[in-house]
Amino acid sequence: MKAARSMILVSNDPESNVRGSEKIYAAFQEQLQKYGLTEEVSLSMASDLGYSYASPLVLIYPEAVIYGPINPIDVPNIVEEHLYKGRIVEEKRAPAHELSGKVAWLSARKGTLPAQNRVVLKNVGLIDPENIDDYIASDGYQALGIALQKTPDEVIAIIKNSGLQGRGGAGFPTGVKWGYVSKTFGDKKYVVCNADESEPGTFKDRIVLEGDPHAIIEAMLIAAYAVGADEGYIYIRGEYQLAIQRIETAIKQAEEYGLLGKNIFDSQLNFKIHVHTGAGAYICGEETALIESIEGKRGEPRSRPPYPTTNGLWGKPTLINNVETLANIPAIIRNGAEWYRTLGTPSSPGTKVCTILGNVNVTGLIEVPMGITLREVVSIYAKGMKSGSFKLAQTGGSSGSIIPATLQDTPMDFDSYKRMGVSLGSGALLICNDEVCIVDLAKVLLNFFKVESCGKCTPCRIGTKRAYDILTGISQGQGTLEDLDELLALNKELLELSNCGLGQTAGTPLRDMLNYFRAEVEAHVRLGVCPTGVCPMHA
Amino acid sequence: MQSVTANEEGTTLGIREIVERIGATHADLIPVLRAITDKYGYISQPAMEELSGLMNLPTKEIHSVATFYRMLSTQPRGKHVVQFCESAPCHVVGGREVFAILKQALALEPGQTSPDNKWTLLTTSCLGVCDAGPVILIDTDMYGNVTPGQVKEILSRYE
Repeated sequence: MKAARSMILVSNDPESNVRGSEKIYAAFQEQLQKYGLTEEVSLSMASDLGYSYASPLVLIYPEAVIYGPINPIDVPNIVEEHLYKGRIVEEKRAPAHELSGKVAWLSARKGTLPAQNRVVLKNVGLIDPENIDDYIASDGYQALGIALQKTPDEVIAIIKNSGLQGRGGAGFPTGVKWGYVSKTFGDKKYVVCNADESEPGTFKDRIVLEGDPHAIIEAMLIAAYAVGADEGYIYIRGEYQLAIQRIETAIKQAEEYGLLGKNIFDSQLNFKIHVHTGAGAYICGEETALIESIEGKRGEPRSRPPYPTTNGLWGKPTLINNVETLANIPAIIRNGAEWYRTLGTPSSPGTKVCTILGNVNVTGLIEVPMGITLREVVSIYAKGMKSGSFKLAQTGGSSGSIIPATLQDTPMDFDSYKRMGVSLGSGALLICNDEVCIVDLAKVLLNFFKVESCGKCTPCRIGTKRAYDILTGISQGQGTLEDLDELLALNKELLELSNCGLGQTAGTPLRDMLNYFRAEVEAHVRLGVCPTGVCPMHA
Repeated sequence: MQSVTANEEGTTLGIREIVERIGATHADLIPVLRAITDKYGYISQPAMEELSGLMNLPTKEIHSVATFYRMLSTQPRGKHVVQFCESAPCHVVGGREVFAILKQALALEPGQTSPDNKWTLLTTSCLGVCDAGPVILIDTDMYGNVTPGQVKEILSRYE
């Protein structure tokens, strides 16, 4: 495959075909030739892009712009404007209201994002994720070959030296974790890829799985070699139908090429991968709950220690890594630890895939070096606020924090954020304007924890419910100042007494709310007024 | 859907077929329960008892797993299941308003099924398409960037 600057896909499902997709294809061929773009722009037919209401449609990467319905007479204009001059033809874009879940990149955004630093997303949107040859042509499975020429300890040393930290939210050093599993004695070990991405606002792992599934397989193979495992599981949340389908196709192709199976690359490495789909439970992203779920039980976290590195799946030593963490591995092996350390900050090397959401002009996915600031994200990548002014950012799900506008110049890396007492979480950046009420937001967040608490331990089961009820009272003008003290006490109890990360961080919104926005909360309590007019005050 | 579950003999055969296809170990339980939910709409008490024999697991273990996961149901649901994402990213971009209209249009509260068995309304946690919120999932069709004005039109597509 030649390195193409852009990729054009023309839908060719039966409906599009009836409506003239072949003529559109021919028109593109002709126009690309006219502008001398045939070398830099690839053109292909795609079976079904899943937007049948606007067919025939044309999808252009890397901008992921969806045009439709398209006539052959529209083609010259699209080629001239979009591919030659680089301007998106707004009036031809397909309505962005409907999603089928079949297209990897959603185009809810109005523009395109500027050049980023792509390691994890290197291939996403640029190669055909259902074709292993495309991946191989983009340096795919090269890292596996390099790793197999080293000893497992050398591979682990590279990952350790790279400084890669787990991207699931906790930021644990990946190489150290690999070392633990490698050193544990056992006749059977497992490598598990945690793709149960359920943090609200986070969908980076879905994009990687849908756009570059072979990278995950390659990374799991390298991990298996390093720690001495011969079997792997990918635990994908059940809602990610397309990701499941793509990874299953990728596994089949890798097996056909002898990249999964026995004596891979004529080495001693044997490895097979199973796909396990979840059934809808946020808690299964917690690694011991995930293990329970693979074993066919309720997804309730185990008591730790022992940790999965020694007693994991079916009691065997198990390495569990997040999708984004694994997606970094092939690049690190190919380019070396030193190269990886040139990205990001000294304490948090590498890049971070962030999702930008909320009241901004451009929502979507970016991969940026660690250490970028929120102000840069909002003004450069999100192209500013859609309405109102920037009030706060919520970093998503249980592992994040509420970050007020006053902290927007803090570098986003694990260390700097830890010093400010906030957490980067999974990289979801929910940008909220001044029309968002802090009490209402905290109520929504606590409702999430209340619903998703597995109920195994009491502080979490009762504490999240109690906190939600208090917040509901405050939002209805029935709060008291004692309630605020109780919320802080609940946060402390949740943090100190809960069994797993869900409960331990469930109180974070309460703490952040009272830390940064106490005046707004007190307005609800003392004056019976919701300053933003969101809460249904009855007092 | 209803007629199939009423026909217990048919259900028994169907469940046997599912277990034979997927497997009968403990690790197969969740995929089996999902297949039953997909096929019959929910996991009935007789279905759990049948499974208990086939998979050699206590009925209470099957019940405890079946009630834990959101995508499994032990209650009959309407012909169309409407799921509304109630997580923060959808909430702050207009989800609150859309949900109010949705509840009104269906005349249902979350967890309820309409008397004619056409609709079941559920709330769900994040579905992972947050850059296009607010999001409504109807059966397997996902709608993003929904505005309050579109709700009626979207619902009218379902018979």
